[in-house]
Amino acid sequence: MNIVVLIKLVPDLVEELTIDDSGTDLERDWLRLIINEFDDHALEQGILLKEQSEGQVTVVAPDTEGVDDVLYAAAARGADKLIKLLGEFEQGVNSHALARASASVVQDLQPDLVLTGVQAHNDLDGSVGPLLAEFLGMPYVGYISGVTVGDKKSIARKEYPGGLIAEMEISLPAVLGIQAAEEPPRYVAISKVRQAMKTATIEEQEIIELDSSGGPTIGRMFLPEATERATMIEGDEEEVAAKLVEIFQELGLL
Amino acid sequence: MSYDTVKSIVVLLALLIFGFIFLRQVYQLLWLNLQRGQPGPRYGQWGQRFKALIVYVAGEKRLFRIFLPGTAHFFIFWGFVLLFPTILQAIFDGLLAFTGSEFLLPLMDLGPVALLQDLFTLFVIIAVSYDLYVRAIVDPERYQGSHKNEGVRVLIYILTIMVSLLVMNGARINLEADPLAAWRPISMAVGSIFAGLSMTAQVVIEETAYWIHLGVVFLFLIELPGGKHFHVVTSVPAVFLRNLEPRGRLPSAPEFNGDVGVSKAEQFRWRNMLDFYTCTECGRCQDVCPSYNSGLPLSPKLLIMNLRDNMMERGAALSSGSSNGVLNKSLVGDVISEKTLWACTMCYACDQECPLFIEHIVPIVDMRRNQVIEGLVEVELQDALANLGRYGNSFGKSARARARWTRNFKPKLKDARKEKVEYLWFVGDYASYSPSLADITKMTVDVYQKVDLDFGILYEDENNSGNDIRRVGEEGLFEMLVEKNMAAMEKSNFKTIVTTDPHTYNTLKNEYPTLNGHQPVLHYSELLDQLTTSGKLKFSKKLGYKVTYHDPCYLGRYNGVYEAPRRVIEATGCELVEMPRHGDRALCCGAGGGRIWMDEGEVKERASESRIREAVELEGVTAFVVTCPKDVTMYRDAVKTTGYEERLVIMDLIELVHAAMDLDSNDPLA
Amino acid sequence: MSQDIYVVIEHLRGQVADISYVMLAAARILAQGTGGEVVGVLLGHNNQELAGNLAADQVLYLDHPALAEFTSDAYQKTLASLIEEKAPRAVLFGSTSIGADIASVLSARLDLPMVALCRSFSAGGKYVSQICGGKIMAEGELPEPTALVTMIPGDFKPDEGKSDKPPNVTSVAVPALEELRVRLVGYVEPEAGDVDISQESILISVGRGIQTEDNIELAEELAELLGGVVSATRPVVDQGWLPISRLIGKSGKTVKPQLYLALGISGAPEHVEAITDSKMIIAINTDPNAPIFDVAQYGAEVDLLDLTEVLIEMIEEA
Repeated sequence: MNIVVLIKLVPDLVEELTIDDSGTDLERDWLRLIINEFDDHALEQGILLKEQSEGQVTVVAPDTEGVDDVLYAAAARGADKLIKLLGEFEQGVNSHALARASASVVQDLQPDLVLTGVQAHNDLDGSVGPLLAEFLGMPYVGYISGVTVGDKKSIARKEYPGGLIAEMEISLPAVLGIQAAEEPPRYVAISKVRQAMKTATIEEQEIIELDSSGGPTIGRMFLPEATERATMIEGDEEEVAAKLVEIFQELGLL
Repeated sequence: MSYDTVKSIVVLLALLIFGFIFLRQVYQLLWLNLQRGQPGPRYGQWGQRFKALIVYVAGEKRLFRIFLPGTAHFFIFWGFVLLFPTILQAIFDGLLAFTGSEFLLPLMDLGPVALLQDLFTLFVIIAVSYDLYVRAIVDPERYQGSHKNEGVRVLIYILTIMVSLLVMNGARINLEADPLAAWRPISMAVGSIFAGLSMTAQVVIEETAYWIHLGVVFLFLIELPGGKHFHVVTSVPAVFLRNLEPRGRLPSAPEFNGDVGVSKAEQFRWRNMLDFYTCTECGRCQDVCPSYNSGLPLSPKLLIMNLRDNMMERGAALSSGSSNGVLNKSLVGDVISEKTLWACTMCYACDQECPLFIEHIVPIVDMRRNQVIEGLVEVELQDALANLGRYGNSFGKSARARARWTRNFKPKLKDARKEKVEYLWFVGDYASYSPSLADITKMTVDVYQKVDLDFGILYEDENNSGNDIRRVGEEGLFEMLVEKNMAAMEKSNFKTIVTTDPHTYNTLKNEYPTLNGHQPVLHYSELLDQLTTSGKLKFSKKLGYKVTYHDPCYLGRYNGVYEAPRRVIEATGCELVEMPRHGDRALCCGAGGGRIWMDEGEVKERASESRIREAVELEGVTAFVVTCPKDVTMYRDAVKTTGYEERLVIMDLIELVHAAMDLDSNDPLA
Repeated sequence: MSQDIYVVIEHLRGQVADISYVMLAAARILAQGTGGEVVGVLLGHNNQELAGNLAADQVLYLDHPALAEFTSDAYQKTLASLIEEKAPRAVLFGSTSIGADIASVLSARLDLPMVALCRSFSAGGKYVSQICGGKIMAEGELPEPTALVTMIPGDFKPDEGKSDKPPNVTSVAVPALEELRVRLVGYVEPEAGDVDISQESILISVGRGIQTEDNIELAEELAELLGGVVSATRPVVDQGWLPISRLIGKSGKTVKPQLYLALGISGAPEHVEAITDSKMIIAINTDPNAPIFDVAQYGAEVDLLDLTEVLIEMIEEA
């Protein structure tokens, strides 16, 4: 079973986000980049499948700040091969460009299954999974929270609202957009990651050009205007609680 | 063949057989098993070690922490030491046909020695009788889970050995065969009971008592190895070779073949394995364990007993080559449950209490280390560790927001990274990020500024010190945090570190590499103590409250700082009333060992709530003084859940100091 | 090449999804700018009647057994041929388990530009999208020639996309749908939950900020006092701390309670879209920039655990 997982790093929303001087992009100097939460699940799902049925997991990621640590952590978790795409990814790259850039690399790996996160929060031009699928000529199903793999087919559990699941049968090779792995991503001890740094190697693939056509042009990027911002209740817990009790009484709840 | 010849042959055979069984057991358990264990540190500090033998073995010091049973054991121990020659003598006496003449061991011909032995035989009988009473009638909680039957059986053995000795001596005195008869009043008294019988009867009595005496001695001998009485053999080396490192310094993680920590019993350090054998199942550790007392499935005593048993069965299986499933038992999972392993708060109460210095904490940490490497960590703890790894704090908040609490201070707090300061204040996660501690942190700043303390902080370059991360077993993350903190501190220029959090205090003081050759670390209570004692800090108000003080684990038991905070409390004019469990018996609040990051589990009565109930028993006491941010959090909660908010105020020491300096109107007790 | 705005109607097991109506309302704004029509695109099998209350100028109905229920491959093939033929100005898809499976694929297949996470269109026909968990807005010209847009509920209510007058329905031929690589095996019902939160009028909702499973007890205590029920966001349900029946959001339930108390919830779009019908939203979060404060009526920046404890006490006293 040859599994390829495509991951990327996205801005950490815990940090404060600001707009740069051009007004059309995020201020990148202060950004902390962390692995896209859904890609983390995709990686976990890949490792789980490998453990169940003897396979190989290759992780592919574009070169952005901090990607090496993330790749080594993936190796510590069980990934067999690590590939870093070299190119002009620093200023952020849209899904279309990333999908085109990774398509040939992924194709060469001849995967049975390609996993990637179903979405990322900064995907203004849609997520990378479906695009990659099309460039590879593979079928795509997204919002997956469970995968079983057979000989030439795979059964994927697709999530709909309200907890409804649809079981889809997909011909392999295919691309799946993972919503949640069957188990929450496992913890990897830092010392294991450090060990991986010594034993694992990250292969590099040079991407000559990035073609980001297919995405929208951004006229302006801004922080949402607090037009209807909440009335903030000031004070400590006691004062806030007192006010809430008042509100509840007004609503007739007490 | 004469009776003596038969007797000699039987005694010789018994000696050989029982002796062989005993020695073979000792060989397997102590030699073979311990060889499988991992190497330990080099030993030194012999002077201190000999002193420990005198104080803790000869003096039985820790045993007296529970007075009457301790006294009883003191007499049993000394009885054993003094009467051991009589057992040897009895064996020699039995080998008469081979040795020819009566052979007396040295000192056995001295009257005073005989008197001492005779008196101690009585003392032992009294002590053992008391112990039997305790086991049978009192049946204290701490024996739950111990091999009680073995305990009673051995007490009866000892009683039998003592009584048979007295009867033997008594018969000999009646036979006028004892030159030291005058020196054995107790034996004489016993002998007088049957003095009226014929000489033949005396001989029969003497021989019968002899066989019983020797028989029980041999039975006891072969029962020693591997049970709760093995400490008779292992206690002296165990105490002699005890860990003399600072209590707050964990050993580095054991590593073999790429595996970190312990996943199989033979991966423990041999020194810890020796500890497992030394457990007497006395349960004193269990009694003081906050987790056990709150209803969680952790008993330090049972932990050691289970490790001992598993180590022995694995040793047997590995030696014999036959594994009937024993080798497949997982150490964490089958032998020690995960719940047990993670229930420990690392408060050191068990290690403090154990009369034989058995280390409970180190094996627990070593097992946790392996669990972490295997990724077998519960989800909530995982999240906390991920946050700590990514953001350097357990709150999951941006590292850049660490110093936001200093925003409104004028003048701005000095940046120790940029300017030279005398004191580097290592603030800690809780004081920096927790909104409920903001008032206390502010008061700390007020006090420091009022006494013109030259201090600065590391702002965003400070990270969690890693104390509890190490105790959770994430050694790699600990090392990473140490690197980060050291990088920040090395760039700074300061004389002393002061910290508000005892956990931070412990690891900076004991586990961080030395900075520039000299690294004095103070807890803020020690700093306050220095300032009040030297006169730099004077209080304008005498508070006059009746308060009690809770010793934090990492300040008290771990680092011996008991007096400094108490002096400060008294300097503020408060009257200090101690809780029954104070000083090195203080009950942990339950947050340590990473437990504050874990699922609480099924707790019957939280340790923190038990503590509050203990405090409210003190008449007239209105404040519960703490010196640790986790204590503030835990006890503020506990005082609410126990319904004692009106009765008891939880106050950090800095609040008392702040009020006594009359700095502000916010005195919660005013 | 037309100036029409196409809306791909999403339906599941005989029910048209709310997002379809929302998109129709949004399409109306766009169409007013371009001068084209709002065209609903309904793929299905023997369910033409689903078009009954769509607020569209016309509906194109494509019928094929393989289109009865949604599968990505079949829908992609069908829509690819339709869009190529008709070349509308824009095609709107839901940013959902249905829409997101097809929009990007079509973008690559037909080499057409895409805009995602769109919540509305400005009067000038610009798209307005919401990224970074709702913290950042992006605005720009609608790309040409045919813009493929995935939409989140945002500014429009489903009612705005419904109509009493059934639209004109035209059948359109479906291309051959052979060798489909994705096949629907069947549906799996969610476990019957203890409560149906979509019917509750008081919801105490917990998010990541609740930190540990134990703390949920506090929320339950509060809920009980107020006669309500505890609900949660994705991270809490993923941990297994509450069953999926309590999940509110894109993959969970949509709710319309009288009171929605959000504890430690950041307010990411996937969640917010499911609570906008609440009468009163009160949010407690220590992050002052949390997007939840944009939809709440009242908010406070205090520690939610402390607050809940104090609140419980005060309510008990009152």
